[in-house]
Amino acid sequence: MARLGYDGVVVTAPVSVPYERYSIETAHWWIARALRGTLQAAGLKPAELDGFTVSSFTLFPDTAVGLTQHLGLCPRWLDHIPMGGASGVIALRRAARAVQAGDADIVACVAGDTNHIDSFRSLLSSFSRFASDASYPYGYGGPNANFALLTDRYMQDFNATREDFGRICVAQRDNALRNLNAVMKKPLTMEAYLNARPIADPIALYDCVMPCAGAEAFLVMREEEAIKRNLPFARIKGTIERHNAHAGNPIQLRGGWTLDVDDLYGMAQCAPEDMDLVQTYDDYPVISMMQIEDLGFCDKGGAPEFLRGRDMTVTGDFPHNTNGGQLSAGQAGAAGGFIGLVEAIRQVTWTAEGTQVPGARRALVSGFGMINYDRGVCSAAAILEGAA
Amino acid sequence: MTDPLQPPVKKNPQKRTVSPTRPPESRSRAALGLTAAAAEGRFALQCCAECGAVQYPPRDACCACLSVALDWRDVSPKGQLIAETRIRATTSLYFRDRLPWRTGTVQLDVGPSVICHVHGECEKGARVELWNRLDRAGQGVLIAVPEERTPNMQDDPQLRAMTSDPKHRRVLITDGRAPNAPALTKALLAAGAASVFLGEGETWRPYPERTALEALGVEFLPLDVTDTSSVNRMASEYGGKVDILINNARFLRPGGVLARGDTGFARDEIEVNYLGLMRLAQAFGPAMCGRTGDGVNSAVAWVNILAATSLSNSPEMGCFSASQAAARALSQSLRGEFRTSGLRVMNVYVGPTEDDWHQPLPPPKVAPGALARDVVSGLRNGLEDVYCGDVAKDMSLKFARDPKVLERELTMGGET
Repeated sequence: MARLGYDGVVVTAPVSVPYERYSIETAHWWIARALRGTLQAAGLKPAELDGFTVSSFTLFPDTAVGLTQHLGLCPRWLDHIPMGGASGVIALRRAARAVQAGDADIVACVAGDTNHIDSFRSLLSSFSRFASDASYPYGYGGPNANFALLTDRYMQDFNATREDFGRICVAQRDNALRNLNAVMKKPLTMEAYLNARPIADPIALYDCVMPCAGAEAFLVMREEEAIKRNLPFARIKGTIERHNAHAGNPIQLRGGWTLDVDDLYGMAQCAPEDMDLVQTYDDYPVISMMQIEDLGFCDKGGAPEFLRGRDMTVTGDFPHNTNGGQLSAGQAGAAGGFIGLVEAIRQVTWTAEGTQVPGARRALVSGFGMINYDRGVCSAAAILEGAA
Repeated sequence: MTDPLQPPVKKNPQKRTVSPTRPPESRSRAALGLTAAAAEGRFALQCCAECGAVQYPPRDACCACLSVALDWRDVSPKGQLIAETRIRATTSLYFRDRLPWRTGTVQLDVGPSVICHVHGECEKGARVELWNRLDRAGQGVLIAVPEERTPNMQDDPQLRAMTSDPKHRRVLITDGRAPNAPALTKALLAAGAASVFLGEGETWRPYPERTALEALGVEFLPLDVTDTSSVNRMASEYGGKVDILINNARFLRPGGVLARGDTGFARDEIEVNYLGLMRLAQAFGPAMCGRTGDGVNSAVAWVNILAATSLSNSPEMGCFSASQAAARALSQSLRGEFRTSGLRVMNVYVGPTEDDWHQPLPPPKVAPGALARDVVSGLRNGLEDVYCGDVAKDMSLKFARDPKVLERELTMGGET
């Protein structure tokens, strides 16, 4: 059966609450600030909100349910999306269907996490059953160690070099310098990247994100509602989602996008080369390469060569992670699954200020989440198009 | 090739002893199947009883057919090291003290990919074998080792952290006059033990083996496990130098309850076999637990030599075996109490031994040399449970299969 498009549904009111390396506040506090920010941007009162979805790692013992009472919301549509780096796109596509079907009129999609001095360590120790059974007893390197293995294998199979990964990190740092809210404020040179402190070979310091506190939010509503409120908005041209794909592969060199990529472009009626910018989930640069391949910009293993010939900065010919991505703007827990999407909404509505890609109309946003054991389980992607 | 491990340098008493730390201990109940197999040194994975799929990590249902009939079966441990890393940063205090730590992905011939520890001699892309070992948290973990054995492979720091290898360690054997003491001493020295201390209870009685043992360089020390002050005196002097304690002290008289007219021998059995263990643990346990992070000759293992009939009793040695069962139960408590330090309790279950007291029992019997070999290999493999001799092995299989059936077999009366 052909999939229904998202006609008449739009996404708007992108908000990023500036990140902090460590915070004494709670996830509730960060989520409240993002929710307030997105409602204010749309001129809405909390009581006018009838749909709400949240993603967070540090909300425990609360869930979206607890937050309704905590924040005084009375939604008729509620969701909690524990999908880490894929949660932004997945929140978007679920909210869009709810609005399209009339189950809700205005859905706020929020992600936020705090970062206390010891929260990263305690998050790791309770991340998943497979992780505590079968990955953390082996050196307790956390995601760094898992992605070191994937990167090692990727480098062996596809002749990628550390410079290839470095090019992604250096370009994103350039982009981050245009983003006043980025956690990283200093330029990064290739030399500094290559000489950085090793973390889990071949991964070194600048291949890793900086865990921090922060929150991101946006609203999904009908197009006429956005027009009525005079809000700049983006249309949703296509989305995909997939979990636990390629389970038989001995190590992850591809993600679930490969199963659905034709569906994505078919739904959006466009092709990779039509994208004005690409926001990949960049917990590690090898994962950005994997997405660039799996989303059809080049063949499997071709990303190093593809990127060697391209400029990934805001003013370049392949604008990528325009706000610096998580590698340079910081990873605020589950908000890391929203950062690329929220920035893409700003880009195609021409409200990105310092990081604005001139004339950006179409953006591809990709999400990747949850290292349950040895690989990321969730993958998702969306194509947004500006209304201008 | 692994560089041979060098003997420890003399300890600087002004420096702080490294605190005991452990790798992560938390596991799901399903994952404890790996630990149970590691305790006996077996490589086993979950296999679906319905579709035969081999899976890892352990689950509660088969990921191929959703059956919940999952068994742990010994499967081929062979595979290929397809990716590797050296972890150089971690939030775990245990691994921080031991960086860099090598881990990798092994694709097993039986299917699953496994994240595992990697022995220093494994080359990337090479064929490897996985060993299932207990780590210092007492949990089963997998380590990739080269397919071919090499001379010093036991000395690899990551592998050594998962074993109780006697090399360069100091061992106390609590009863230096037991029939198995000479064989144990020789096997431990041959395995590279730095020194062997032999406890001696009734020092005034002559002991013909003494001269020969002293010629090997071992030290006899006064130690009577029935005497609290004797045990405490020894512990205060030698407790900080004992890296492996082997409790072979034993009082044994044959017979069940009705074969004896009173509780006299039973008191002696409890005094030596049960309370003796308790006294030793109270005196030596704390010092050993405090030294589990102490470098090359850290404290690693507490060994109890127990009768296999401690698992399930029969009248031939009924009263003695009851005291052995008490000691076995106490060893389980000790496992829990030593847990936070990483000090391992290894129980060696022995069938009837080749000695005077077992003379009326039929073969097969365990010779002292066979016991010594099993103790040393158990230490080198970091085991928790060793079944020594054919009778003990047979009994452990029957005990695992159905303890009630075993009990009935052992209590049905002799050959009819």
